[in-house]
Amino acid sequence: MDNSSQLVQYVLSGLSNGAIYALIGFGFAIIHNATGILNFAQGEFVMLGGMFTIFILSFLNLPLAAAIVLAIILSTLVGILFERLAIRPLKNIKPLSLVIITIGASIFIRGAAMLIWGKDTHALPAFSSNNPLYVYGATIMPQHLWIFGITLLIIIVNKLFFSYSILGKAMRACAYNAHAASLVGIDVKIMVLLSFAVSAAIGSMAGIIIAPLTMTSYDVGIMLGIKGFCAVIIGGMSSGLGTVLGGLLLGLLESLGAGYISASYKDAIAFIILLLILFIRPEGLFKQKETQRV
Amino acid sequence: MLCKIMMKEKRQILIFALFALIILLVPLFLKGNYFLNVLVFIGINTLLAVALNLLLGYAGQISLGHAAFFGLGAYVSGILTTRFPVDPWLSLLIAAACAATLAFVIGFPILKLKGHYLAMATLGFGIIMYIFFNETVDWTGGPSGLSGIPNLRLGPVIFDNDLNNYYLVWIITLGVMLLSINLSQSRIGRALRAINDSEVAARVMGVNARILKVQIFTVSAFVSAIAGSLYAHTMTFISPTSFGFNFSVELLTMIIIGGLGSIYGSFLGAAILTMLPEFLRVFRDFDIVIYGLMLILITMFMPSGLIGGLEALFKIIAGKIKWSAARNV
Amino acid sequence: MFKVEGITQIFGGLTALEDVSFSVAPRSITGIIGPNGAGKTTLFNIVTGLYTQTKGQVYLGGKNISFFEPEILARLGLVRTFQNVELFGQMSVLENVMVGLHTKSKSGIFSCAFKLPGQIKEEKIVRIKAQQWLEFTGLADSADVAACNLPFGKGRLLEISRAMAVEPQIILMDEPAAGLNSRETAGLAELIRKIQALGTTIILVEHDMELVMDVCESIVVLNLGKKLAHGTPREIQENKAVIAAYLGED
Repeated sequence: MDNSSQLVQYVLSGLSNGAIYALIGFGFAIIHNATGILNFAQGEFVMLGGMFTIFILSFLNLPLAAAIVLAIILSTLVGILFERLAIRPLKNIKPLSLVIITIGASIFIRGAAMLIWGKDTHALPAFSSNNPLYVYGATIMPQHLWIFGITLLIIIVNKLFFSYSILGKAMRACAYNAHAASLVGIDVKIMVLLSFAVSAAIGSMAGIIIAPLTMTSYDVGIMLGIKGFCAVIIGGMSSGLGTVLGGLLLGLLESLGAGYISASYKDAIAFIILLLILFIRPEGLFKQKETQRV
Repeated sequence: MLCKIMMKEKRQILIFALFALIILLVPLFLKGNYFLNVLVFIGINTLLAVALNLLLGYAGQISLGHAAFFGLGAYVSGILTTRFPVDPWLSLLIAAACAATLAFVIGFPILKLKGHYLAMATLGFGIIMYIFFNETVDWTGGPSGLSGIPNLRLGPVIFDNDLNNYYLVWIITLGVMLLSINLSQSRIGRALRAINDSEVAARVMGVNARILKVQIFTVSAFVSAIAGSLYAHTMTFISPTSFGFNFSVELLTMIIIGGLGSIYGSFLGAAILTMLPEFLRVFRDFDIVIYGLMLILITMFMPSGLIGGLEALFKIIAGKIKWSAARNV
Repeated sequence: MFKVEGITQIFGGLTALEDVSFSVAPRSITGIIGPNGAGKTTLFNIVTGLYTQTKGQVYLGGKNISFFEPEILARLGLVRTFQNVELFGQMSVLENVMVGLHTKSKSGIFSCAFKLPGQIKEEKIVRIKAQQWLEFTGLADSADVAACNLPFGKGRLLEISRAMAVEPQIILMDEPAAGLNSRETAGLAELIRKIQALGTTIILVEHDMELVMDVCESIVVLNLGKKLAHGTPREIQENKAVIAAYLGED
């Protein structure tokens, strides 16, 4: 492979990973904007999506499409249960308690997945053929196209949902001002529940579309979760274009860094970017600085 | 009023003396017992839990990367004594100083962050360090670990058996516990708790929250690294798996179970989480599920931990006794 | 003695304060009044270093203290209380006041952990002083109570005791009478005069007009982020613009 085709290869795999990070980032933003919570269990929804699909495929012998739909529904249910059992009953909502509870939920879900499915890595079959396509000397798996296509679709649906549907608008109203929203008759509790459901659904989809390329196991949630968080931090905690750009940027830097600098420090690159952003511009790369209000 | 406070202080000294006495006498009843080995680990974990509690329980600043300071202490000490002719005691001090310096440097930017963001940043820091432990193979031996770390020695005493290690670890741990108890009842301890309750109000009262948070973070890293160095020299073998994210969460679970801000709670939490996997085989497979469940349930239903629960129970019983005594008169 | 000059605060395009200037005489009691949203608390937050103003200067005793951090302002003798009572809830009443004495003591982390002799001596002094401040405000009986268990009215008094422990030149009180009953308010008026008698300058933001007219020697009226008037209580009561603003005329 010559240099330019190698570059194309890195860019391609960087972008497809980046798309996944952006989707995971959306999940963070949706819950954070509705509740102020940073859901540490976000990565576990991603893991659950992939693992549920594999589990359903091997035990129920359903066709792939049906298994995927069922897996998304199951993951969403986990998200709903999580909100009902661990978030809603909380009376003392100190931020520290919320951090600890979502961390607790995260390792609980991970541990349960390990007990049920074991520690092995599993591969999900590709959505369509496994024959690579060749572009400028680089190989593209058809799964890459699925990833780009589905991510684009989710971004569009997400945008339409929050801009035009009544529910989406109500959720946004809660994000701006929960008290004012409740005064105009919006049931804030339902909106919070919905944010967990939507976020779990998007997270699980991300986990499903990436699983055929990278394999999956009970413990993929933590790395993917933090990288998604990194994307959404770059994007300034929005479920919009900023986070998409943030995810793609992270994916690219990671893949180029792994290719040209050192593969073994691939993960460290993402975390160093995360720390730098948090230290220097915690409000994101694309937002204007606002005067801090106490 | 002042008299009351003096009484309280006297009672505290008494409780600590009693605790220390029990700890120091325990080995007499356990000569040559395997359990002594478990108690050495409880000592190291107590030291770590106290260190994290200074940061989280006192100052209210979370860290999900404390295993990194533990690991840094272990590796600096291990590398210095296996690759260079450095005395283990000196290496312990250098290791602690390294961790403290690192904590001081990253402390300023990292502790500007609050709540969830601080948690994520410390988590990221922990994972970066873990990656370095794994990947700098030439120094750390990578995933296969670093072996042949020499034991500490003091004159003719070599700390290479459970009994000696027990006293080595526990004397240091008891010392740190005493210092931490002193700290909580002092000007600095009050300022830290004030930051925990309301950082804005603390600053308006003249508490320099930024510097104080960095100071306690540095102290916490220093103590964690001492624990790491002790671990390296008593185990003589270390590998990255002991210093990963899971262990950071385990430390967090210890102090949540024991009770945030309580030094004896740190001991209780460390003791429980160290003993459970030793005696309940099932626990080894279920450990992270149980940690997760404990974190959720205790935060929801028992926010002051087991120590808080015990205190409340004790007060109820004491109250009943007083009440019935008063009735009988 | 204390002076603000041309304070302007813009939040994301919204002007919360515009070119506000006034000065306060030493040892006086000044009230800042105005309808909701006039920018009173914003002004307090700027003066005490919690917000960074877009423009304008703050002076204390001739020294330019604009843009100083709150912990430095406390050392210079400027403190405040909060509208929504910001106590250290997990600590006892006495300990709350002891935090107020933070700047009056200097033991560091090392001498605290090792209980060095100097620290023990200092701790005793701090405790006695804190006790005295509780007696000053009449909270001495509650010294051992956890601050979060204090009834609301006493919570306000504790905030004042804690702030006074800093021995400030100037104390800013944000709605000290809000939520107090009439008996407590009368006690508060008395306490404010007692604080003035110690030589402390007082500025209060307050909605309770009776209290303001009773204790304040001069009053600044803010409306929609601008200074509307500044004068004695009588002048303010007769000021047409002020009356119009309060009655909601344009």
